[in-house]
Amino acid sequence: MDPILIRTLADIVRNGAPLLIAGLGEMITERAGVVNLSLDGTILLAAMAAFAVALETSSIGLGIGAAMLVGMLIALIIIASSVFLRLDQIAVGFVLTLLAADLSTFVGRDYANLPGQQVEIPYAPVPVLKDIEFLGIGEIFFQHNLLIYFSVVLLFVVWAFIYHTRPGLQLRGLGEHPQAAYVRGIRVQFWRFVYVAIGGALVGLAGATYSLSIRLGWKENLTIGNGWIALAIVIFGGWRPFRVAFGVYLIVGLRALALELQKEATLNIPVQIINMTPWVLMLLTLMFVSSGFAEWLLRLIPERARPFFQGALRANPPAALGTNFEKE
Amino acid sequence: MKVELREITKIFGPVRANDHISYTFEPGCIYAILGENGAGKSTLMKILSGFQQPTSGEILIDGNPANIDSPNRAIEYGIGMLYQDPQDFAPLTVLENYMFGRGGSFILSRHEARKDLLECCRELGFSLNPGANVATLTVGERQQLEIARLLSLGVKVLILDEPTTGISAAQREQLFNTLKELAHNEDMTILLVTHKFRDVEELCDELIVLRKGELVGSAEMPCSTDAMVEMMFGKRLVGEPPPVVEKGDTVLTIKDLDVDARLFSIDDIDLKLNEGEVVGLAGLDGSGQVDFMRAIAGLNRPSFYDRIFSLRTLVLLWIIFSLLLNNSPTVMWMMIGAVTVLILVPMLYDFLVFRVVKTGSVEYLGQRAFGRGYRELLSKGMVFLPSGRLEEGLVSGLTVTQHFALSDRTWRPWVNWFEAQSKARDGIARFDVRGRPADPIQALSGGNQQRVALAMLPQDGRLLLLDNPTRGLDVESARRIWSLLLSRREQGTAIIFSSADLDEILDYSDRVLVFSSGKVTLVDDPSHLTTARLGELIGGKA
Repeated sequence: MDPILIRTLADIVRNGAPLLIAGLGEMITERAGVVNLSLDGTILLAAMAAFAVALETSSIGLGIGAAMLVGMLIALIIIASSVFLRLDQIAVGFVLTLLAADLSTFVGRDYANLPGQQVEIPYAPVPVLKDIEFLGIGEIFFQHNLLIYFSVVLLFVVWAFIYHTRPGLQLRGLGEHPQAAYVRGIRVQFWRFVYVAIGGALVGLAGATYSLSIRLGWKENLTIGNGWIALAIVIFGGWRPFRVAFGVYLIVGLRALALELQKEATLNIPVQIINMTPWVLMLLTLMFVSSGFAEWLLRLIPERARPFFQGALRANPPAALGTNFEKE
Repeated sequence: MKVELREITKIFGPVRANDHISYTFEPGCIYAILGENGAGKSTLMKILSGFQQPTSGEILIDGNPANIDSPNRAIEYGIGMLYQDPQDFAPLTVLENYMFGRGGSFILSRHEARKDLLECCRELGFSLNPGANVATLTVGERQQLEIARLLSLGVKVLILDEPTTGISAAQREQLFNTLKELAHNEDMTILLVTHKFRDVEELCDELIVLRKGELVGSAEMPCSTDAMVEMMFGKRLVGEPPPVVEKGDTVLTIKDLDVDARLFSIDDIDLKLNEGEVVGLAGLDGSGQVDFMRAIAGLNRPSFYDRIFSLRTLVLLWIIFSLLLNNSPTVMWMMIGAVTVLILVPMLYDFLVFRVVKTGSVEYLGQRAFGRGYRELLSKGMVFLPSGRLEEGLVSGLTVTQHFALSDRTWRPWVNWFEAQSKARDGIARFDVRGRPADPIQALSGGNQQRVALAMLPQDGRLLLLDNPTRGLDVESARRIWSLLLSRREQGTAIIFSSADLDEILDYSDRVLVFSSGKVTLVDDPSHLTTARLGELIGGKA
């Protein structure tokens, strides 16, 4: 295969990693019925924390740990203020977005723009698989660092967890009808805390992926906007792991395309148009799935194949998303 | 299993929801728990099923004190409850719902659970498809799933809260047979919370009656309806037949109307409604009664229109997008052409659908009503009252007075609070609402919310479309509301209402429209119709 194409595809896998981790983290949070709107700020603050800690302690592990802790703490603020203070999750999440973003600028000012001082997660090609020549699979998938592999593994783990394990089934119920879950003996608040913490930690990990692997180093607003993208992808993905992954790679792919097209001088399409394409596509998709049109299309599909397409075409948010659980 | 209640008391603020209730439920027996709205029967059952804890008193199971502090603990003790709103997960499948909350390995073993579920269903005589989404099931099937689930968990005491609301006559019969079988052959204790005397007569062995939180009486079946009513209300209600009203001019003419309901689409409904007439819509929940009323009121667009609309939006966006990409004159012309089409298509569509293809017509007071908005029809006296009170009918968070101010349809930009308050007081007095004008609506009980909603109906309404107007109200309140509604007929108001209660339909309708799996039958003279016959019609028996 064309080496440029292979390199682009490898870049897509690499650049998609943080979005995929954050998207899956947010998906878990929302499946439990909680909206963590603070993604954009959390990723920034976590990226800063990861870089600063890794630089000071010269330990990548501690840097990643710090980032996950930051993500977890912010997520726990949201769920705690919702459960104990009855605050609106959307409002708290939004304020935390702004706070965390500004905090990252303020706390990270000593670490901003340090040329030459970089900490990078070590490159770790997979021994045998990296040499697969067929379709460039070796270079596309197996010549990255551990975090990038983790993002792909996570996708399968989350999928298997949600659809094929007992706690995964309970997670789906938590966001759907917490009252019914309570009646069936699930400790709703406890598990919501757990899943929100896990989701938050993953969002923090996404931040670490940016500053320690993809953009290397810290500067003001390093990752700005990516949190919102992850949030949009969760909706685009209809709260399903593989559709979320599809959304991630679609967006990253279109961005890579925009970059390549910029190099081609003959094309007179403004590059901004291509940068806008993902959003237009996303709007169209959302409109498509939420209008009656998708339902109408579904009716045309033969009965047997319908369940498969239902999953692909419909996007129903967890019914209890963003609500506080009370026994009565 | 013997369940003994000892001096159960539950206090909410100043209200004693349960006041020193003591009773013993014996195994092998079906009990009815009767009482009007707010009598405390739900509270008592919630205490028994672990949803709430009593303020004082204790529960003994087989003579041993039991500490039931959560629904899960109740199930461990063998007490399971079937709630009035199904406590299941709509987007999950039947099988997943069955597995939810059940112990077992970390990895889901669908295969085994499926076998268990099918086995359980076979024993009970239910036919459930394990792969179906619960959202696509009827209320009756969701009940069956829940019963199967509870029994498989080893429940010995089954509490059912108003189980016959919204299920078909056939499902009701099946449910009753199952319950009788469970009680009399398997020695289970069954508690049925209800306010329908017919259910009690057909099913129960014993009954207890609550009034204002106190246990006021118990009796063994057979017990006459009069005696039950007397225990529930403390006095005998005298039902008087509704006064006969002269039919006036035609208010509404419906011809060949097509309606898309949740489960079916219904073709060719015809109806002619005169002033002073009451038409009851009978049928299972979701058979199209609501959609029929909403279509009349202009709240549901014809389904095809939506499709056109979304297509139009897509095309429009595509044009804007392509314009951004390219500014050649060809594209300009394409755009101008497309916009013209976009304006022409709806016009053409309107013309085709309403004049040529004729998918039906609705005439209200001699004018075409189909395709007009509710706002316009409302100003001409057509009113639709939804059944979901806090979801659709009322605004949670506003007070009663604010609701009356909101329903004011004058054009002045300010609110006349004095007028709203006097209207609210007047409405409260006329409909006997237990509440004050300054009370927030969600603080009132369900029955009182419904009364406020009915009190807000404009006085000059010519056609009332009421979706389950007395849902959740006890006999006494329902009767009161109906006498107020019926008295409006003398001013020439016509009423269309739907109800899950067949007795209500037979009592108050001049004609009945039966909705049954996509078919509509008009019964012109319901005076010789019995509930059994009506149930058959709903079930599809011609």
